[in-house]
Amino acid sequence: MSRQALLRVENLRTHLFLKRGVLKAVDGVSLHVDEGETLGLVGESGSGKSMTSLSIMRLLPKQSGRIVDGNVWLDGTDLTSLPEDEMARDWRGRRVSMVSQDPMTSLNPVFTVGDQVGAPFRYHKLAQGARAVRDAVVKVLSRVRIPSPEKRLDNYPHQFSGGMRQRVVSAMAIACAPRLLIADEPTSNLDVTIQVQMIELFRELQRDSGLGIILITHDLGVAASICDRIAVMYAGRIVEVGDVRTMYRAAAHPYTQALLNSIPHLGQRKRRLYAIAGQPPSLIDPPVGCRFAPRCPRRTAKCDADYPPQVELAPGHVTACWHPGPGAVA
Amino acid sequence: MRPSGTFPREWGKVVTGYFLRRVLQGLISIVGASIVIFFISRLSGDPIVLLLPTEAPPALIEQVRQEMGLNEPVWKQYLIFAGKALGGDFGKSYRWQAPALELVLDRLPATIGLALAALAFSILLAVPFGVLSAVYRGSLIDTLGKGFAMLGQAMPNFWVGLLLVLIFAIHLDVLPAYGTGSAAHVLMPAIALGWYPVAAQTRIVRSAMLDVLDSDYIRMGRAVGASERVLVWKYALRNAAIPLVTILGVYFAAMLGGAFVVETVFAWPGVGRTVVEAVFSRDFPVVQVGVLLTSILFVTSNLLVDLSYGFIDPRIRYDR
Ligand SMILES: Nc1ncnc2c1ncn2[C@@H]1O[C@H](COP(=O)(O)OP(=O)(O)O)[C@@H](O)[C@H]1O
Ligand code: SF4
Ligand SMILES: [Mg+2]
Repeated sequence: MSRQALLRVENLRTHLFLKRGVLKAVDGVSLHVDEGETLGLVGESGSGKSMTSLSIMRLLPKQSGRIVDGNVWLDGTDLTSLPEDEMARDWRGRRVSMVSQDPMTSLNPVFTVGDQVGAPFRYHKLAQGARAVRDAVVKVLSRVRIPSPEKRLDNYPHQFSGGMRQRVVSAMAIACAPRLLIADEPTSNLDVTIQVQMIELFRELQRDSGLGIILITHDLGVAASICDRIAVMYAGRIVEVGDVRTMYRAAAHPYTQALLNSIPHLGQRKRRLYAIAGQPPSLIDPPVGCRFAPRCPRRTAKCDADYPPQVELAPGHVTACWHPGPGAVA
Repeated sequence: MRPSGTFPREWGKVVTGYFLRRVLQGLISIVGASIVIFFISRLSGDPIVLLLPTEAPPALIEQVRQEMGLNEPVWKQYLIFAGKALGGDFGKSYRWQAPALELVLDRLPATIGLALAALAFSILLAVPFGVLSAVYRGSLIDTLGKGFAMLGQAMPNFWVGLLLVLIFAIHLDVLPAYGTGSAAHVLMPAIALGWYPVAAQTRIVRSAMLDVLDSDYIRMGRAVGASERVLVWKYALRNAAIPLVTILGVYFAAMLGGAFVVETVFAWPGVGRTVVEAVFSRDFPVVQVGVLLTSILFVTSNLLVDLSYGFIDPRIRYDR
């Protein structure tokens, strides 16, 4: 705990100003990532995981999205206070980078892979001249295990398979050796064997460089296999954080427990991730009390009246629940 | 995404089949155009009336009629015309007594040049307008661009032409009012002709640009530190240009069509003016060749544009 965190997000609030109202996509999120650490950000679709990562990158939808409160400290600098041009010039791609979920749409179809992977080197002036950029691209493509990279430079994205494309995207993201990599569901559109390979790849990159990673996923199984700690997000807030072992053995929040129960067990075919009854609340008009209350088996009057405060159950294991503890939710 | 990368052979076949079909369609349209123009031009009246003095004796009129084949039923005249045309013989101009094909071919470069200049003018305006109005949507530049483009669409091209002459040739006296010979000569006819499609082209570029700027790959570019300038003018522009390029053939055709009028306004020595004059003197062979050549140009320009997609969109490059 004495280590200075690489990333520290404090009380982040991000609103989307839509025609139908103000959508509080991220509503007071705090988290931290240490150097060389992987934090899993887990939660149902729509819980605000992508908006959290886009807030960190400062890449929210231009027309509607705005960070309305909170700070994002990266290496001691508050990214929320930087002017846009500085953010682009010195931070994005250079110190913080992103791989998003769809490898099929993350690459520009009308430019070669070599051009696109070379772009960050040119933006950050880490390689000067066509020759040097080319060499740098070959090097980074071989780091992500693209076979015979010097031959594939002039190919277009459509000539790569899905898994290979995601490697190309990863190469682009890590080209300039960022300190933090945000991977937003990087494997959800890939089949299982390729998922495993991607995860191995991230591990390797981390071992070499001390890269901090935020891995966003709705798959607790994937999170468990690669993450050091897991943060569970629900309706714009973090409801429980802890290291992987604690989260598996002693999850205290009913929502985390429900997620764990929906992981298929050995010999059990059906996935039950979406088997938690009920719907998440509206983020335009969220309830005052616990947001999970309508779906919670342990709900009491108190849960409806006030949002539960964060309680630290053990060092590093924090949850926001009035009635934390082991519980049979299944 | 497309099967091109994975199944090059099959894709090649698909493309070849597509082109054969397009060529066939093109041939049918050309034949159709020749039939239509053949019959319609004959509705305009009897050429003899204009060819011979009014006091010509009836015997002479009958003789000329016989020589020119004008006594046959119209469908038979068409078949004779088509048969000769296939052999490259389009007959002689009634008026100039020279081969009609040569007369028109002489004028073709001027028309193509004008149409290309007009097209270039429209693209040169539409691309920056479209891009800027997408990037700064809802801003002053968006509104002004739209207004300027709409103005071109609201005014007929001959009217724009006359207006330009009035301002730049007569009042300001900075541009020649008509004729050819220099770059300055082509300026006003090209603007008169090319202003019209600016509005539609701007809309195409703008909406494509809006889509592209919202895409994952542009976000990925931002995520690795691209400046807005590089992102918009290098990366997004090529994607956003695809829908414009796909219909460039249509616009080129429209420019050829518009040239008929604008050439007359500016005394531009092209096919359009020649055909218009030929219509007035009922010089059928010239009208027929003129229209036929124009429709062949329509069809080929569309085909060429189809072929050119491959250059900007590698997903449909034909060799793989
Ligand atoms: N571009 C957008 N316009 C409107 N609402 C959006 C947009 N993107 C996300 N949202 C909403 O914001 C909330 C959080 O979404 P998101 O961060 O994408 O969730 P997650 O990544 O966890 O699936 C959801 O309610 C979603 O509907
Ligand atoms: S605060 Fe109450 S309703 Fe919310 S999760 Fe805890 S027990 Fe359930
Ligand atoms: Mg998401």
